[in-house]
Amino acid sequence: MPMPEWLRTRRSKDSGHRDAALWSKCPKCGEVLYRRDLLANVDVCTRCGHHFRMGAYDRISTIVDGDFTEIGSEITGGDPLGWVDRRSYGAKLHGDREKSGLGEAVVCGFGQIGGFDVGLGVMDFHFRGGTMGTVVGERIAMLLDEARRRRVPCIVFTASGGARMEEGMLALAQMAKTSAAVTEFTEAGNVLITVLTDPTTGGVAASFAFQGDVIVAEPKAVIGFAGRRVIEQTIRQRLPDQFQTAEFLLEKGAIDMVVERRALKEMLVRLLEYTTAGRQTAAQ
Amino acid sequence: MNNNPIVEREKGLLELERRITELRAANTTQPVDMTAEIAALEAKYQEILHEVFGTLSPWEKVNMARHPNRPTALDYISRFDRFDELHGDRQFRDDPAIVGGFAKLHGRAVMAIGQQRGRDTKENLRRNFGMPAPEGYRKVRRLANLASRLGLPIVTLVDTKGADPGISSEEHAQSEAIASCLHAFTLARVPIVATVIGEGGSGGALALAIADHVIMLEHSTYSVASPEGCAAILWSDSSKAEEAAARLKLTAQDLQRFGVIDEIVPEPLGGAHRDAGAVVSRVLETVDGALTRLSELPPNRLLEERYGKYRRIGTWHADAEPLPST
Repeated sequence: MPMPEWLRTRRSKDSGHRDAALWSKCPKCGEVLYRRDLLANVDVCTRCGHHFRMGAYDRISTIVDGDFTEIGSEITGGDPLGWVDRRSYGAKLHGDREKSGLGEAVVCGFGQIGGFDVGLGVMDFHFRGGTMGTVVGERIAMLLDEARRRRVPCIVFTASGGARMEEGMLALAQMAKTSAAVTEFTEAGNVLITVLTDPTTGGVAASFAFQGDVIVAEPKAVIGFAGRRVIEQTIRQRLPDQFQTAEFLLEKGAIDMVVERRALKEMLVRLLEYTTAGRQTAAQ
Repeated sequence: MNNNPIVEREKGLLELERRITELRAANTTQPVDMTAEIAALEAKYQEILHEVFGTLSPWEKVNMARHPNRPTALDYISRFDRFDELHGDRQFRDDPAIVGGFAKLHGRAVMAIGQQRGRDTKENLRRNFGMPAPEGYRKVRRLANLASRLGLPIVTLVDTKGADPGISSEEHAQSEAIASCLHAFTLARVPIVATVIGEGGSGGALALAIADHVIMLEHSTYSVASPEGCAAILWSDSSKAEEAAARLKLTAQDLQRFGVIDEIVPEPLGGAHRDAGAVVSRVLETVDGALTRLSELPPNRLLEERYGKYRRIGTWHADAEPLPST
């Protein structure tokens, strides 16, 4: 498949960022992987199957059929609290923009998946640990609002350490904002599919991630509300390795399925087929 | 809650209070007139009171919000006309960190829901220090949905360090429990009035605080994470909590300027526990006033305004200036 125009433009803007690195080392098995082979294998280690944390635009290119029209990219960060610690929050944002080539921790837009028109939101852990501040909340809400107007399903990929500390209560309030947007969206008869990727925790887990009608997760993804360290400190004992993994949540009944990245697009297309079939009948 | 600096500072004042009471009693029974001494002591007392509590730093407010004698949710609920508690999530168990049920407030039938911490160690253990488990949030969701269906306004009282961070809570999907509460509150077709009476910690507090009208007590706090949690997350050092408290803008006064909350109820000098009865009455009157105003709105309008309000929260423009700090 030829590289679509949006991605080619994107990639040329990215040159000099981490995409340019030739080699990546698998954090799981230590295998040194040629970056191009790794990308061709959807960022999954060719030796042990470890799922790397994927960049938002790489993710989008593996999911959409061709075109992707981004929305909300004009919304970028303010610094509502005027936060300064060792560095100012503004400097942290600037640094992450340079490093990641992203404007903020989520990319939203519209495209087709298996011929279905969808709204797509993809979080990126490489920007401030995927934390949700006012920009992330606003972009997610915008996506849901626009998808509601277009009457199309939404798929949101989550990857987040939770609410962003440097935006204080305004970050926490984004849980309310996104929840309100999800309610409007689903109450109007639309379907939300969430794909939880490594890691999905805190305020993002406790809002739109777990408000999905169907909740998919990637293998071994860490998913939970409280951080592992916090729990270990509270109970004063070490937690088992399996704790808070996608497989653990599947067993406990918290998510619908664990799907390997290489099979993910096919599964999403099937889910889109089921979840829109009834509505087409209802509309007739 | 060891070494609460507010409790420590209060000790001298309480000692002075005791001496004034003793002297007053002695004055009536003994021939020597001590009126002048008493007046001097009282003046001193007022001076210290103003010095210690006249202005509170954010960290002092955090500790005021955590004061062991601060009125808890049940102290408010017991002053409603009546309250009949409803229990359980219908799935697993009843979480004592959440109290909720049918109530009457100033003659109006409502659904009252609050986070309940303990007054002593024994009760704190039973109520898990007011940190709800998923079962608690599922009880909240059940009561909110019921209230919406029955047309009963929802009155919540927020007072928690945060949602319980334990193994069993994660096993029972704490994230989903909170997320479904948020969903229920955005969907409820009845007026919702939330009051932060103590500590409003993180998503565990927000789960009870999506409301048409949000009230905070003057010295309560409401924050994205506890100051200790924030310091641990950002600087891997929970001992920097005081610094985090100052940066987080977690006071009622800051949050009113951000438009996150709507109204502040004043506390007596020295904190709500110094005159709990008066504070409770004032809060209940304020809640009743908000309910009266909100009850005028038809459900669709109520939902529209609630949605609009949360949709607007948070500045995100690149050119937005930070608000001036206090």
